[in-house]
Amino acid sequence: MNSPVVLEHVTVNYGAHQALRDVSVAFPEGAVGLLGPNGAGKSTLIKALLGLLRPASGAMHILGHDVSEAPLAIRARVGYMPENDAHIPGMNAVSFVAYCGELCGLPQADAMQRAHEVLFYVGLGEARYRNVETYSTGMKQRIKLAQALVHDPDLLLLDEPTNGMDPKGRDEMLALIRDIAGPISVILSSHVLPDVEFACDHVVVLHKGVVATQGPIAALKGDSARVFELRIKGDETRFVEALREVGIESHGEADEMMRVFVPADRPARLLFEVAARQGVQVRHFRASVPSLEDVFARALGD
Amino acid sequence: MPIHDQGYRRYAGERMTRHRRWLVIARAGIVQRLRERRFLALMLMAWLLFLVRAVQVYFGTTFARASFFAPSDETFHSFLNQQRLFVFFITIYAGAGLIASDRQANALQLYLSKPITRHDYIAGKLATLATFLIAVTWVPAMTLLALQVLFSGSLDFVSSHPRLVPAITMTSLLQVALASMTMLALSSLSRSRRFAAMLYAVVAIFAGAVERVLQTATGAAGWVLLSPQNTLVVVTDALFGIESDTEIPVVVALIAVIALLAICVGILERRVRAVDVVA
Repeated sequence: MNSPVVLEHVTVNYGAHQALRDVSVAFPEGAVGLLGPNGAGKSTLIKALLGLLRPASGAMHILGHDVSEAPLAIRARVGYMPENDAHIPGMNAVSFVAYCGELCGLPQADAMQRAHEVLFYVGLGEARYRNVETYSTGMKQRIKLAQALVHDPDLLLLDEPTNGMDPKGRDEMLALIRDIAGPISVILSSHVLPDVEFACDHVVVLHKGVVATQGPIAALKGDSARVFELRIKGDETRFVEALREVGIESHGEADEMMRVFVPADRPARLLFEVAARQGVQVRHFRASVPSLEDVFARALGD
Repeated sequence: MPIHDQGYRRYAGERMTRHRRWLVIARAGIVQRLRERRFLALMLMAWLLFLVRAVQVYFGTTFARASFFAPSDETFHSFLNQQRLFVFFITIYAGAGLIASDRQANALQLYLSKPITRHDYIAGKLATLATFLIAVTWVPAMTLLALQVLFSGSLDFVSSHPRLVPAITMTSLLQVALASMTMLALSSLSRSRRFAAMLYAVVAIFAGAVERVLQTATGAAGWVLLSPQNTLVVVTDALFGIESDTEIPVVVALIAVIALLAICVGILERRVRAVDVVA
């Protein structure tokens, strides 16, 4: 499989702080979720890919180009939707998007035509003559997507695209991303797990500047472990420690519920044996379906 | 089966090469500004003095009795000096928000995520402001000269004043470069166009006032270097071959102007970035 984005031993520093540490990862084609808690290094990775931040070491290749050697050639083929509000002041939506198209090399007339097309596509057709400053948060997210799409990139970098959107708008945005992810490779950076699970096939989980786990979501969710919901009465800390000693991972949830991951080669009754040894009562036990949240929690070791 | 495919459609048209993308920025900036009536009014006002001078040139070259109106080097020198007022207002109006507003709207990361460099961006913004400033300095001054040729019906005046065209051009360029670069640098320091405008007013007016007070109090001519505008006047006086009021050598004044331009370039180099890294 071709990898539109490849990182080899990339380290990015902010002064003394290492935002990315020796990251080596290859993003496959299609939609890839870039997951991680706040401060994990997701936005830093995206900015480094665009050549906006210079890595202290390592190499990055996008669509066959070396980022350090051909950042402009890369930016001509990449669309970037930043995390925070961003627009060109004093322009209406269609002028703004057409302007972005021209900056990417589209002729003036083509840029204007394409701007109208893209604005209809993202659902801003009726509001395209309004000044961007008057837009709601959801509309600002859509216009950021439009400016990233106007020059028809081969790779789209989306940084928290559903931030601040209402549920309907969020669903529509995710549907757009799914549609785009056919012809265009998409890297979707988010800490909203259901968004990534809905829109992406693959996931790369970053934690504290390193890749915690990566792979197809389906494989990661079903990788040789069964998931159970468990509620106990007794010393939870000791119980979790005892589970870990026998190779069973767990992480806490709301209402004193915990999710435990029993490896395929271990019987589920092992949970009850450990509970009996530790003198805790099992008050609730139910088989569950592995979710991306489990993948995330296990990758982060919570 | 859908009647019309509403899915994502790819672009199959042509793409231009990278060079001259700064022109896109400059054109957008100029068009955006020209849509404002207040700015158009300001630009028209900046040409009022030209009309007065044009009438002066007409009478001076057409009627022998009005020969005291006849243009000279001093006519063009004083015209460009008088235009400094409009250079000041246009610089503030059209320049204060050039980078400050982009910083406020987080537009820098949008610009620099496109296939343009920081230098393209700065060149585009600089060209936006410089275009308007050239339109109220070099263009009217050269038009005045053209009118003189037209009214007199000969090139005698131009050939007898060989330094006039280079002097007008150099004076205009220095005025435009100093005003544009200073304003852009100050605009890049803030996210507020008002604050950037205030900073420029301080540099242009307050520094001049302080310089006058200190020069009067101490009698030392060197204080003129405090004011970029007055330092520039020393250089432009020399370009027109007119004796300057101050005793500062032209070379020193020129070095001061170049140093200020270098400082502005340094500020822009540091401040125009897509990502502010606070280490």
